[in-house]
Formats: sequence, structure tokens, C-alpha cells
Amino acid sequence: MNPIGAFSDLESESIEIFREVAATASRPVMLYSIGKDSSVMLRLAQKAFYPGPIPFPLLHIDTGWKFREMIAFRDRIAEEIGCELFRYTNPRGAAEGIGPFTHGSAYHTDVMKTEALKQALDLHGFDVAFGGARRDEEKSRAKERIFSFRAPGHRWDPKAQRPELWNLYNTRINPGETIRVFPLSNWTEADIWGYIQQQRIPIVPLYFAAPRPVVKRYGQWIMVDDHRLPLEPGEKVETRMVRFRTLGCYPLTAAVESTATTLEEIVAETLGATTSERQGRVIDHDGAGSMERKKQEGYF
Amino acid sequence: MDTLRFITCGSVDDGKSTLIGRLLYETKLIFEDQLEALKADSKKYGTQGDRLDFALLVDGLQAEREQGITIDVAYRFFATPKRRFIVADTPGHEQYTRNMATGASTAQAAVLLIDARKGVLTQTKRHSRIAAMLGIRHVVLAINKMDMVDWSQAVYGEIDQDFRAFAQDLSFATITSIPLSALEGANVVESGQAEMPWFAGPSLLQWLETVEPEDAAVTLPFAMPVQWVNRPHLDFRGFSGRIASGSVQPGDPVRLSPSGVRSRIKAISVWGEEKLKADSGESVTLVLADEIDASRGDVIATTAHPVEAADQFEADLLWMSEHVLLPGRSYAALIHCKAASVTITDIKHQLDINSGARLAAKNLALNEIATVNVSFDRVVPFAPYRENKRLGSFIVIDKLTHETVGAGILHFALRRAVNVHWQAIEVSKTARAAMKQQRARCLWFTGLSGSGKSTIANLLDKRLHAAGKHTYILDGDNVRHGLNRDLGFTEVDRVENIRRIGEVAKLLVDAGLIVVVSFISPYRAERQLARELFEPGEFVEIFVDTPLEECERRDVKGLYAKARRGELKNFTGIDSAYEAPETPELHLRTLAAKPEACVERIVEWLRR
Repeated sequence: MNPIGAFSDLESESIEIFREVAATASRPVMLYSIGKDSSVMLRLAQKAFYPGPIPFPLLHIDTGWKFREMIAFRDRIAEEIGCELFRYTNPRGAAEGIGPFTHGSAYHTDVMKTEALKQALDLHGFDVAFGGARRDEEKSRAKERIFSFRAPGHRWDPKAQRPELWNLYNTRINPGETIRVFPLSNWTEADIWGYIQQQRIPIVPLYFAAPRPVVKRYGQWIMVDDHRLPLEPGEKVETRMVRFRTLGCYPLTAAVESTATTLEEIVAETLGATTSERQGRVIDHDGAGSMERKKQEGYF
Repeated sequence: MDTLRFITCGSVDDGKSTLIGRLLYETKLIFEDQLEALKADSKKYGTQGDRLDFALLVDGLQAEREQGITIDVAYRFFATPKRRFIVADTPGHEQYTRNMATGASTAQAAVLLIDARKGVLTQTKRHSRIAAMLGIRHVVLAINKMDMVDWSQAVYGEIDQDFRAFAQDLSFATITSIPLSALEGANVVESGQAEMPWFAGPSLLQWLETVEPEDAAVTLPFAMPVQWVNRPHLDFRGFSGRIASGSVQPGDPVRLSPSGVRSRIKAISVWGEEKLKADSGESVTLVLADEIDASRGDVIATTAHPVEAADQFEADLLWMSEHVLLPGRSYAALIHCKAASVTITDIKHQLDINSGARLAAKNLALNEIATVNVSFDRVVPFAPYRENKRLGSFIVIDKLTHETVGAGILHFALRRAVNVHWQAIEVSKTARAAMKQQRARCLWFTGLSGSGKSTIANLLDKRLHAAGKHTYILDGDNVRHGLNRDLGFTEVDRVENIRRIGEVAKLLVDAGLIVVVSFISPYRAERQLARELFEPGEFVEIFVDTPLEECERRDVKGLYAKARRGELKNFTGIDSAYEAPETPELHLRTLAAKPEACVERIVEWLRR
């Protein structure tokens, strides 16, 4: 795991990326997923345009299955920063009652995240969308450009990526095409935590260890965030001291047992971790290359 | 702790991905769950029998795992207590050279993998030249698979000498050869391998930890391109950008390029603080003491060393598109933060990637490198790439597809823009046109051969002449008998053909005439280039739209029949493309209207 690096270079590169989009895009938006990476991205955007406001809105794709604490945090932060926030839930999914328990994690993610994201981008006519993905997260992400082009229909063709030399970003697109831009491409998980610690960036309390109601499922701790979690035979709800390394839909995001209640303890724990953060992501285990397939279909 | 960005490159199958996988593994960067996935993948796709196949850690795309090759550059991160590393693992296949260049453009060092059994190959040379062209100064020759040649010192020595002989005329500051085995882990992390007592040098990781890439940008005079003008309210006006070189402090006198306006730094504004000094590489917002105008692409620099501006340069260019580079065609370009149009006016010579020989070339194909002259449509602030990467690099973009098709580095400005002064003309175009009681224009007819362009153009000419207007027709066939008789019908010649016609038409419009141009002019890019020569409203694109079948049926000159018989090459509509206008000023569908009616529509349009 990386020791904490100097953040000046990383910060300056991310700020440059934000400004390049602001200078060239007609209608950019920032995908705000409420997690730690989004929190860092938001702070970097504030820095890029200081003393002015962030010159684009935030968009949260709400699957309806986020932790309740995440939603409360989202609304508080948007208000504090004074940023325009769009919330979007796939109306088809909501009408059909699609959820991870009734329809499976893969289908739920397809409809409530991938399809919803595409609908929201089309609805508002956003031509550029910032995402908080990092190259150290997953193998197909390590291959992706900082400015990642999407054909009409939001498809990603990994074999036809534009060359991306120096810090010269080609932002020209044809009607119907869009760009996903990843300002945190070169940050690692340790960088993110180190920066949150150094800058005292507010994050969702779920990242800190606390006694929480959980059940053991497939060897992982799943939090019982509301009454919609159906208990399997033999499962029982226990209260454990747990925290989250990554946040998503609560039934698809596993907690780890931990006593880390301060940022310093979280950073220390992260530096000593022996498993990757995505291990807690249930959807990544759907099959080899599953992230690449989802990305090709328009997932972030 | 500092960060080193480096690339790994080399030929197919010489073990790049294995080496990086090994580095990640040995520096404990592989998590348990990733190791589990690797074990499973090694069984499924692995090429190492029962052993872990480290290459699978880095070949992330499904197609790469299936084909066992690296297609695109992958970025990996690892760190030791001494340094943080960003490694760009770049592909070896020639067809993916542009992906290799993507990785190399931001790298400070290069690890060139060589298979000890094969020695220095064409790919090694190609990658070395690109690395050198992009300004990488330190290379390590990682002579891999030493286990396959019995750890032979002789093999190592021979490859080392071969490469040094080849790299003599490349601008590397240091070349270090390290014999290793990525598969066995020999000389990757630890040095002093028992099998190679004859080698006293560092391991690869030791080299990476200690190489000192000089950062020229730090010691150069201050310069920063304006990336974005920050104007949230009337009381604040800041110029945001990333410092290209040097450092800056409040109070420093500065000069803007290209305008030459001078001012002083009033403040360096960053989140939460007023900075007292900012250095090369930092993203900042500068507030100037005076209310002056600067826009994106202008450069703020110290008055002691102002940044020059010019519009014509000698440059090296790497072509990255399947469509050949056409000299004379107008492309879009981005140089630091300045967007412009660029034309490659001359290919001085192409570079033979193996021998370094200079070859004559008329155009440039995928993955080829040449020294060229380029002409921007405006003056751009710049510095030679060797001095300042950020101010001397540019990308070339196709105006229609928006693909990035070329990457260039500037050598120096050709002083032509300064030396060839425009003759100041005192009687203006408007004055000349007014004397004839007309508005000077260029009426540009485009359409397939036999579509009726000349017929309509001639009728229009008569009609306007009768109305007392001073017109002139430039007809494709006629011009080809004289001015353009040295040009054929290849794509390159067609581009030049249209460029000349555009320039002639412009002179005639300057003379106050209504110029009627009747040319097939099949490519959008060239019609756009012609349009850009004129002032807004002067250029009228008239699309004579006759379906190919109808043109072929009429075949007034018998040319379609010839083309179909294969006696005429590059005939538009048959074996050469016609790109129909998307938004012409006038769209004449000849199946629905007789030539006289078409002329009526044009006259009507001109009266508006």
C-alpha cells in the first residue's frame, strides 16, 4: 500500500482537468456518489474555481437503496456548498420495484445505475460528466484515459481510445457523443485517505467504525439499514463494531470489522490492509471482466 | 516523497507485463483478493503452467487476456519507502504505437525490455526513437529472460553494445543496461544475483529509486498559459492555469504573449490562502495589478524572458491515424491552452525508424514520424519543446471526426510571418465593389462530375452580367489546363488544387468581383478551408445535388464509362469519395428543378 505521497502534483493535475472542461464543454456535470472519492473530487472542484462557485451542477443517481446516512449527508453538503444538485432515479425501475433482493445484483445495477445514468445524462443534455474513478481500483480502469469518449448510446470502446498525450486533452466531440472525465485517475486509495486527513474533508460517518446492526452473508457483513433486507433462514442480526471502506447500495456493500473511529486510525488501517477496497463490492464478483463489460454498456 | 513516472516498452512477448506484475507483487502491492483472482486467472488463461502468470495482473482488457497481448497503455501505482511510482505499461505491437506515445509523453524515464534471446529488434528501435523524440532522457535497457541464455555475460555484452551503437545519435542522457529475469525475479528487486556474479550494477528497482530526472521546468524563467479566466463577479478577475516553468511571486513584473501588454502580479489566489510563491507544475489563479485583457491560450511570462509568438514552425510530427496526413489540409490543433487551425505546409523528410535515415515523403501514414513545417492560422505563444515541454507540444485533430490524429513538438519558429509583410492596401475591397454597385462574393459550386455545376454557373454568369454585375468564372477543367496543370487526382493533389483555387478566388473577391467557382471539390475539409479564407457572408456554398445514377446516365464527357472500365483512377463517386455539404447556403436538387429555375433561386438568394 502506498505511503502518503505529496499531494501538490496530484491536486494540480486534477484542478487542471476541471478547468479544461469548464473552458471547453457546453454542459458539464459532476457525478456525485457521496463516497470518499466524490468528497475529494468536490473539494478539488471548489479549489479549481475559487473564489468563484463550481460552474456546473452535481448529479446523484439514486438507486433507492443507498444507506440513509448517505442521503442525509448528500443533502447537507449540497446545501453547505451552495451547489445545484440533480437527483435522478430510473422511473421504470422505481415503477417495477426493481431491487437487489428481488432481481439480483447484476440486473439491479444495470437498471438502477447504468440505465439511470444514461437517462439522466440524456435528459439534461450533459456533454461531459466527471466521475471519481481511479486507475488503481480495477484492471479495466487502469487502461482508461482521463478523458474517456463515449459513442452515441454512451458505449465505451476500449479498443478505440483516443491517444492522450501530455496534458493536451482533445475535448472535441460530435453531436450525440459525450465524454466521461476522471480527475482522480492517478490517485490511489491511500492518497485519497491521506488527502481527506490533511484537508479535513467531511465524509459520510459510515466510514468510521461504530456499533451497527449487521448480518453475515456469503462470509461478508451486510448492514441492516432498513426493513427491506429479507433475512435468510439461520441469519440473525447482530450488533458489531464495523465500518465501510467503500460505499454503494447497502445490500451490495459489505462492512469490515474495525475499531477505527478517527481519520488517523482509518489511514493507518488502510495502509496495512491486505485486501483491496473493491472486495466489499458485491457486483465486482459477478464474473471476470464484469467491470469492463459494464463500462462498455455505459456504467461509470 | 517524490514521484517518478516511467514507461515500460519493448517488443511482443519480451515480458513487460510479467515484469510489472512482478514489481507489484514484490513491493507487496497485490491484495489477497487480487491474488486469489490471479490464481484463478492463471489457471484459465495463464501461460506459465502451474505458476502465477503475473502478466494477467496488468493485461486488464478482456481482448488482451484472450489474445495474450497488450493493446492499450495501463497505468500502475506502487511505492517503496524511497519513492512513489506511476508506471505506464505500453504496448509493443506496431499498430498500437500511438498508445505507447500516450504513455511516453508524460514519462521521465523509460524501461526498454529486450528479450536476451532476440537482442535489439525493430520495435526496440521504434520505441527508443519515440521516447527520445518525446524528451525522455534516461533509459534502462532491461535485458530480460537471462535464464533462457544461461545467464551469459557475452550475450548481455553484445546486446548492450548493439544498443549503444544504435542510440548514439538519440538524445538520451544516460543508458543503463541491467540483465534480469522477470519470471525468476532476478535483478528485479534485489541486486547481486548468484547466477550473474559478473554483474555489479543495480537491480531495476534500485535504479528506479535513484535515477534523477532533471526537471528543466523548475529552473526556467516563469511562464504560465492562461487556461481559464476566473471572473465570478465584478470585483475579481483572475487568470487560472498551471505554471509551465519557473516560479512566481506577488510583485513580479510580467508580460503577456502575444499582445505584449505588461503588468505586475498582484496576488496568487488559491483556496483558503494568498500564496507568497508558486512553482512550476502548480495550478494557480493569478491576479494582475492592471485591468488588462487576456484570454485562454495567452501566456503570462516574466518580463525578463518574455515568451515569443509565431505562426509558422519547424516541428517533428508523429502521425496516429489510419487516414494519411495530407499536406495543405486544414486540421484543428491544440497547443498548451490555445486552440487553432493548423496546416502542414511541407514534409521536409520522413524518419526511417530503423536507420534514422531521412526519406523524402509526400504524405505520412499511421505511426510514421517526419520533420515538417506547420502553419497555424493565428500567432501562438510558444517555446521550443526541448526547452519547455508544456509550451512546445501540440496535438492535431481531424476537423470532421474530431479524432486526435497527430502529436507534434516544435523545434523553432520560421520567421516568415515577420519577414513577409503584407502590403498595406489603401483602396479597400468594399470601395472596389461599391464602384461596381455590387457586393463582392465567392459563389462556390460543388457537386459530382456531370451534376450540372458548369451549366448552372454559366447561366448565372450571363444573368448577372446582363444585370450589370462584374463577374468571373473559375471552372475546374479550365484551371486544370493552366494554373493547376501539375496536379493529378490523388487525394493530396485534390487538396492542393482546391487550396490554389481558394486563394485565386480570394484575390478576385479582393478586386471587388463576384467570383463563380465551379469545382467538384469533394472534401468537406477543403471547402471549409476555402470558406475560412473569406470574411463571414462572402463565401456562398452552392450544392448542386444530382444523384450519382443520374450523373452517370447523362455522362456528358463519357468519363463515368471510362472510370467504370477502370481506365480512369480516383474518379469522384466511383473510386474516390464525395462528401456532400451538410449545411450549404443553397441546396439545388436538379432532378426537381431545371437549370433556369436553379439560377432563379440563386439570384433570389443573392438579393436578400
